[in-house]
Amino acid sequence: MNESELRERTRALLKEVNPDAKGDQRIPFRGAQFDRGLAWVSFPEGLGGLGLAPKLQTVVQDELHKGAKTYYEDMLVNPIGIGMGAAVVLAYGREEGKRELLRRMFTGEEIWCQLFSEPSAGSDLAGLATRAVRDGDDWVLNGQKTWTTLAHISKWGLLVARTNPDLPKHDGLSYFMLDMQAPGVEVRPLYQITGEAEFNEVFLNDVRIPQKHMLGEEGQGWKVAIATLMNERVALGGGASKKGGGPIAVLLELFENVEAKRSPAEEALLRDRIAKLYIEAELLRLTGIRAKAARDSNVVGPEGSVGKVAQAEIGKAIWECCADVLGPDALVYEHGYELRQGSTSSPNSRLHAKYTLLRSRAYSIEGGTSEIMRNILGERVLGLPGEPRVDKDVPWKEIRRS
Amino acid sequence: MLFEFSDEHGELRRTVRDFFEKESDENRVRELMSSEQGFDPTCWGRMAEELGIVGLIVSEEHGGAGLGMVELAIVAEEMGRVLLCAPYLSSAVLATSVLEFAADEAAQKEILPKLASGEAIATLAFSEAANPWDFSAIAMTAEPKGDAFQLSGEKTYVLDGQIANEIIVVARVDGSLALFRVADDASGLSREALPPFDPTRRIAALRFKNTPASRISSGDLCCQLECALDRAIIALAAEQLGGAQRVLETTIDFAKTRFQFGRPIGSFQVIKHGCADMLVEVEFARSAVYNAAFSGDEDPQSVAVAAQMAKSYCSDAYLDIANRSIQIHGGMGFTWEHSAHLYYKRAKASEILFGTASYHRERMAALLGFGAR
Ligand SMILES: Cc1cc2nc3c(=O)[nH]c(=O)nc-3n(C[C@H](O)[C@H](O)[C@H](O)COP(=O)(O)OP(=O)(O)OC[C@H]3O[C@@H](n4cnc5c(N)ncnc54)[C@H](O)[C@@H]3O)c2cc1C
Repeated sequence: MNESELRERTRALLKEVNPDAKGDQRIPFRGAQFDRGLAWVSFPEGLGGLGLAPKLQTVVQDELHKGAKTYYEDMLVNPIGIGMGAAVVLAYGREEGKRELLRRMFTGEEIWCQLFSEPSAGSDLAGLATRAVRDGDDWVLNGQKTWTTLAHISKWGLLVARTNPDLPKHDGLSYFMLDMQAPGVEVRPLYQITGEAEFNEVFLNDVRIPQKHMLGEEGQGWKVAIATLMNERVALGGGASKKGGGPIAVLLELFENVEAKRSPAEEALLRDRIAKLYIEAELLRLTGIRAKAARDSNVVGPEGSVGKVAQAEIGKAIWECCADVLGPDALVYEHGYELRQGSTSSPNSRLHAKYTLLRSRAYSIEGGTSEIMRNILGERVLGLPGEPRVDKDVPWKEIRRS
Repeated sequence: MLFEFSDEHGELRRTVRDFFEKESDENRVRELMSSEQGFDPTCWGRMAEELGIVGLIVSEEHGGAGLGMVELAIVAEEMGRVLLCAPYLSSAVLATSVLEFAADEAAQKEILPKLASGEAIATLAFSEAANPWDFSAIAMTAEPKGDAFQLSGEKTYVLDGQIANEIIVVARVDGSLALFRVADDASGLSREALPPFDPTRRIAALRFKNTPASRISSGDLCCQLECALDRAIIALAAEQLGGAQRVLETTIDFAKTRFQFGRPIGSFQVIKHGCADMLVEVEFARSAVYNAAFSGDEDPQSVAVAAQMAKSYCSDAYLDIANRSIQIHGGMGFTWEHSAHLYYKRAKASEILFGTASYHRERMAALLGFGAR
């Protein structure tokens, strides 16, 4: 299928299933999009795709943007499922039931979460301690996961557990998809700097996972986890989609509209700082476009990590600058800090900026810290030698943990 | 002599630290920051009676301890360390200094003893939204009414403005700055607690509509007000230092005990160097604060420059340290249950309060005549 045929196919979808019809059209519309192979065009036919080159997905997105008022952002519908899970399920899931799993993921009927981090294993993911022990056709899991975004509304979790503690840490891991409603799974909200709980602690007590829900083979968990993280870091490192869009747009808007009395010196300083951030945000966007072009003709590689570290640091700096543009008004925090679940959004850019100043503190932590990202850039991209490792070739159970 | 602390200073610090470690531990701070009043009146009473620090800088003739900036810096540093939730900066430092420097004797006699004993809490309502920290920008003008005056307009970011029962307002008479006393139940006065970014320090907006006020000063007060604010700025810088020091300690403990990759994260150079940078910042902040405090007591000529230096350096340092601390704690540093965010919010709000780092650098540059030909 060529580009214009794909365009036609998308238009036909829009004509036959109206996303702007009254009522919530998300599930019927996205279901039809999946059935016609327009969910992920690079996926095989029957699994939401048409077996086309990945870069052709932009043709579909472009038509959807143009042809419908209602546009469902994949990353809002099911961020972890679509952002990280889909490729993993496609590559490593059982054939049986795969279509339904991907379809419900794409429509958002089933939300996914990522059960990787543990209290004692964050950056050092491969050091994790959750144990999975084989019992007949099942695996029995015990342990604790933490920082699990969306766990409280998820149907499925992508989970890594230790199946063999006698092997070196990377070799004893296996990867599962966990039914979050299974007996023994307990989800407790974990509150953050804003007073909200976007993430959770997940306790696993004798939870049974059938062997058929293992993704990849026993002992291959690290390989599958890395594939998942590469997708995450690409998803987190994209930059704004249009020139001057995203966070920098909020900064410019505030700079234009907020009335504040500043000395000429302060004004000049702020202006220079904003101009510098504008350049960086624009270069982040352009670098994202270059990385995408490389990806379209290749496979996902470490270039995703350039975007992730830059996005995190520039994002933080922009929201800090927004607060500084607000001046003394930033002493007031209208949202308040009541503990609650979910995350705040505000159409008012002044309020949005105050909230995001706090929320952005995690940009350089979530999805891999900036320190770890820089290690990856240094070692995998630049080929610098790694630090001496004390935990590489010893059995996991002998490694020191806090 | 610069930086020479006496045995009494050491004793003061130990007493205050022991007291706050018990009375203002993290649990207490969390209780108070989500309480209606935002402070603990019983604890305040004990600070006045047992420790004698509420009237620390109130002169002896008005019932205080009559101590100076060095003692104030010590106490404020300890308060910043524990994020004390109390109207100290507002009442015991800023309002007290303004009354000491600028109020008529009658008003001093009436109000200062009550502040020193903890019986009353005062606030200085001076900031107006457009340009809150600069006295010369104050626009509110008092209207003569019989023997007294009337005030109309709004003051904002008033520290502890919601709980203060001695409200001192700065407004103009014939263009000159003057102090006014407004009863807390005066007609036409409404007070709105503003939801604070830093929940450990409360702020309010005070609105006046033909509110009766009595003038408690004479002459133009610009210089006295500046001097009083410099004191508050030095106290705030000392708080920032105390907070920064505490955050450094917590972070280093974590870096020593948190293991990833089979080793303490503090053994990774990027973490180690980050901690080393934080140490440099804390030590610079300490020099800046103690320099300002000692000049306050011994070399009044140089206080203004020292105060601007301290506030600008400490603002940047504390905020940087609080940010780094979140980062070094990883996911833990982003949680509600960890104290990192409490210090971050205090650091951010303290940076803004009384003017940002670049605001104070600019003022210092002007005082020193940088680039003046
Ligand atoms: C908002 C948010 C959402 C999240 N959502 C999820 C989720 O849905 N699922 C999930 O599984 N996880 C999630 N996480 C967890 C996240 O992936 C971890 O927090 C992150 O990987 C860091 O791990 P940690 O918190 O244990 O910090 P640690 O690994 O303990 O790191 C502490 C500090 O040490 C540094 N450090 C560690 N190792 C090195 C090294 N080798 N060299 C130099 N410095 C080092 C780190 O950079 C950091 O500064 C989320 C986190 C946040 C903040």
